[in-house]
Amino acid sequence: MILCITKCIHYVLHVAIFKKTNDTKVIHQISIMDRLKRTTFILFLMLVASLLPLGGHASSPEVGTGNGKVRDHQGNGDTTHKANYTKKAFPVLSFDYKNVRTPFEISLWVLLASLMKLGFHLIPRVSNIVPESCLLIVVGLLIGGLIKLVGEDPPVLSSKVFFFYLLPPIILDAGYFLPMRPFTENLGTILMFAVVGTLWNAFFIGGALYGVCQLEGDYLGKVELLSCLLFGSVVSAVDPVAVLAVFEEIHINELLHILVFGESLLNDAVTVVLYHLFEEFSSVGTITVTDVFLGIVCFLVVSLGGIMVGAMYGILAAFTSRFTSHTRVIEPLFVFVYSYLAYLSAEVFHLSGIMALIACGAVMRPYVEANISHKSHTTIKYFLKMWSSVSDTLIFIFLGVSTVAGKHNWNWTFVIATVVLCLVARVLGVIGLTLVINKFRIVKLTTKDQFIIAYGGLRGAIAFSLIYLLDENHFARKDMFLTAIITVIFFTVFVQGMTIRPLVDLLAVKKKQETKRSINEEIHTQFLDHLLTGIEDICGHYGHHHWKDKLNRFNKKYVKKCLIAGERSKEPQLIAFYHKMEFKQAIELVESGGGSKLPSAMPSTVSMQNIQPKKPSQERALPQVSKAREEEIRKILRTNLQKTRLRLRSYNRHTLVADPDEDGWNEFLIKRKRMKDLEKMSHVNNYLTVPAPPPDSPTIARARLASDPQAWVIKPVTGDIPTIKVELASPQSPESVSVVDEFKKSSYEQEDEDGDGLVMKATSLVAKKDETGEDDKEPQQRLQRCLSDPGPSAEDEEDEPFLP
Amino acid sequence: MRYARPNNAEELKATIRATWALITPEQCHRLIDSMPRRIAAVIQAKGAPTKRDDFNKVQDLKDNPIRSQIVEAFFDRRNFQKDGVGSMEEIGFEEFLTVMSYFRAPALHTTEEQREEIRRAKLRFLFNMHDTDNDGTITLEEYRHVVEELLSRSGSLGKETAKGIADAAMLEVASISVGHMAPDEFYEGITFEDFLKILKELEIETRMNIRFLNMDTTVLCK
Repeated sequence: MILCITKCIHYVLHVAIFKKTNDTKVIHQISIMDRLKRTTFILFLMLVASLLPLGGHASSPEVGTGNGKVRDHQGNGDTTHKANYTKKAFPVLSFDYKNVRTPFEISLWVLLASLMKLGFHLIPRVSNIVPESCLLIVVGLLIGGLIKLVGEDPPVLSSKVFFFYLLPPIILDAGYFLPMRPFTENLGTILMFAVVGTLWNAFFIGGALYGVCQLEGDYLGKVELLSCLLFGSVVSAVDPVAVLAVFEEIHINELLHILVFGESLLNDAVTVVLYHLFEEFSSVGTITVTDVFLGIVCFLVVSLGGIMVGAMYGILAAFTSRFTSHTRVIEPLFVFVYSYLAYLSAEVFHLSGIMALIACGAVMRPYVEANISHKSHTTIKYFLKMWSSVSDTLIFIFLGVSTVAGKHNWNWTFVIATVVLCLVARVLGVIGLTLVINKFRIVKLTTKDQFIIAYGGLRGAIAFSLIYLLDENHFARKDMFLTAIITVIFFTVFVQGMTIRPLVDLLAVKKKQETKRSINEEIHTQFLDHLLTGIEDICGHYGHHHWKDKLNRFNKKYVKKCLIAGERSKEPQLIAFYHKMEFKQAIELVESGGGSKLPSAMPSTVSMQNIQPKKPSQERALPQVSKAREEEIRKILRTNLQKTRLRLRSYNRHTLVADPDEDGWNEFLIKRKRMKDLEKMSHVNNYLTVPAPPPDSPTIARARLASDPQAWVIKPVTGDIPTIKVELASPQSPESVSVVDEFKKSSYEQEDEDGDGLVMKATSLVAKKDETGEDDKEPQQRLQRCLSDPGPSAEDEEDEPFLP
Repeated sequence: MRYARPNNAEELKATIRATWALITPEQCHRLIDSMPRRIAAVIQAKGAPTKRDDFNKVQDLKDNPIRSQIVEAFFDRRNFQKDGVGSMEEIGFEEFLTVMSYFRAPALHTTEEQREEIRRAKLRFLFNMHDTDNDGTITLEEYRHVVEELLSRSGSLGKETAKGIADAAMLEVASISVGHMAPDEFYEGITFEDFLKILKELEIETRMNIRFLNMDTTVLCK
């Protein structure tokens, strides 16, 4: 076997080198890029090589058990012959691969998936034309082929692994980050497509296929109607994984995205019910009217039950997150575990697990986000994205591998009929349903929209897994179904997935605008909501704005109080949005090098002065400090204010934030506020921002460290945290002294010269008290304080509750 | 009763009597309860002049944070004529309908110009709601007022924040519409052109709609 593998590697290397030369010929650039590619390719080869024997083992369990037996036997032998057992030397290095085989293989597969993902983004040209999902399937096919070449059976995507481990992360990611507003606004349309559309597709495809089978006679003639219907119901469901994979790359506008994606999520209930129904019937063999009726009831139970289970877990998660303020580290875990439990609980009763996950994510999100710290939020976001993208990659690779592995029964008539019927049913369904839907929609769906919706109906791994689950005793044509479904999946993913991007460009379908939501838009969205509610109320018309308003009120009044801890439960949406925006800017500010540059969201060229009604001119008549000098001073002050608190943090395994009532969120807000105040105070300067200065010279950086006023100002609560105390203008850093001195010389306030930190602290506390009062009266003094001593304002802000 | 087809007067009488007997005391109570709302609606529908007080009587409007602005919009002359100024004391049915027409849904087949037209009209309506002193710009003071009103139902906590939000929003507008400003320049306020610019992303023509057509009239008369 080893010989075989080496041969194989040799062959692959050969092919690879051939490819490589081709590649270089085409691209004509020998650069780092190229080297990177080469290394990834070699890595990939090594991986494949290592996977070969593993895949073989995985797929042939009898080998493993056989070995186990042998070993067992030996073990027994050992114990029985203990008497004449001679002592061997203690094994310094032993080999026990079997022990780690399963996790090792899993890790290798995941590594392979991640490397593939990495590889595609290193080759920009390919990923521009071909969607990632197609490439992944091709990789899967190649690997499957290699494994087969070695003479082993490639592993097949087992339904259990798929439904329990690969699918949930993707769906949770989708549910948690579901854009609620467009989703609820288009819920009617989505439901129509998901329920009626899928039903139509299932029965049309199923019925027509049965007809085709009957016409063909002979071989296909034995296929029963029920099997056809079952196959139809499975093949008609649009697959969320495939849709996500393709639609995320083409950046289509929000409406179309949510329509197709929402449909793919919600049609799960229909598929589950139809699947179980037909599976049941075909083992029994007869259908009565009651069965049909029960089927309809079952649909309601499955979908609503799934939503209920999900919502319950969602509320539980929200409630739990209310109390996590002292153990921030496990916050993200609650989100994941509760959602997974929701999925599993729904599966226990054969409810729609997908619906449960979506409901759970959507319900918990607003409350959880208000409760948890910002870091936890980031963690959740990245974990979900990471898991879902790895799952997604694995699913497509396995789809490719399974194609090679599975037993196939290629029947031209059946396969072609399936593909054609799928297309026809989809197009007819979309056109027919839009006729009805457009009667009720305010924004009508245009012909282009209909085309994209019809064309975006991609099929994927869920259908494959469902067919794979079928019992071969009841469905004699399982292999043929499997072949047909794989063909349909490949057709939709390859042909439709690859052509949809050029088609979108060709039809000039509106694309998604990649802009941040501005505060003005938020204000006006809210304003419009209230306006429309008001107008409806004036007409005495209880439209959906009215009910939405009622629901919001209820949410605000009761639900938020129960599920959100502390002050934030009373925070109106607009304020929450504002804080979030402020916070984002603060982060960007910190990331962009200590606040020397204001982020783009905050207008960088217009200052408060420009929009505020004109102040009396006396404020302008302040003694001028030279521009350059001033910039320098401000920069020093600002960076100090921001960096210190970060430095105060100590690392602890169990707590991310040392001080419980002060999370990162607060930190940043304080910093931002401080900055703003600094700006306001220095009225000499009319810009809110300074143009980005060149990176700090070492001198200034050291000076910054040295003149660190915050090191002394530690609140009593944070007293037990190990802190880095920095000596002010210590003799060890002569340069810093000179810089500090220099700027003091230039400022006219000479008295405070030698007490930049400690001494000023006392005055600052006094100054703090009449800070608000003196604001306008004494610009002169304010200016002085700003220039000479950043401490007071900073300290001042710190004690002030910033969430009103 | 709708489905009864009486052949002669006697039968008609009988049907009416039967129907009359069907009206329950609960229905009567409901009728009485819904009087204020109905009165408001009826007054408007009859074409009798409607005053501000009539709007203030609308029960459901009580909790609306921007109630005063909504009511004011019904009396704003600018919404009725092109160069109207000031506000009216009372309005008739026609004016009421005119205001309502700002909330109609766009037709299915519209040309690009028509869409733009609708968009402008709707935004103009919004703009007028904000621009209370009719000087063609939304000044910082006016904008602050808007935000304060929006937050007015959320308790007393919002005053300072509202100011902050309005300031931030104004800064944003200034930076979008003017770009670079010298320190001593002064941004007067949001003009209508700026207003169009900042709400470009909002898709107002699809958002500012109310379904009047499939309005359930029975709700009104139950």
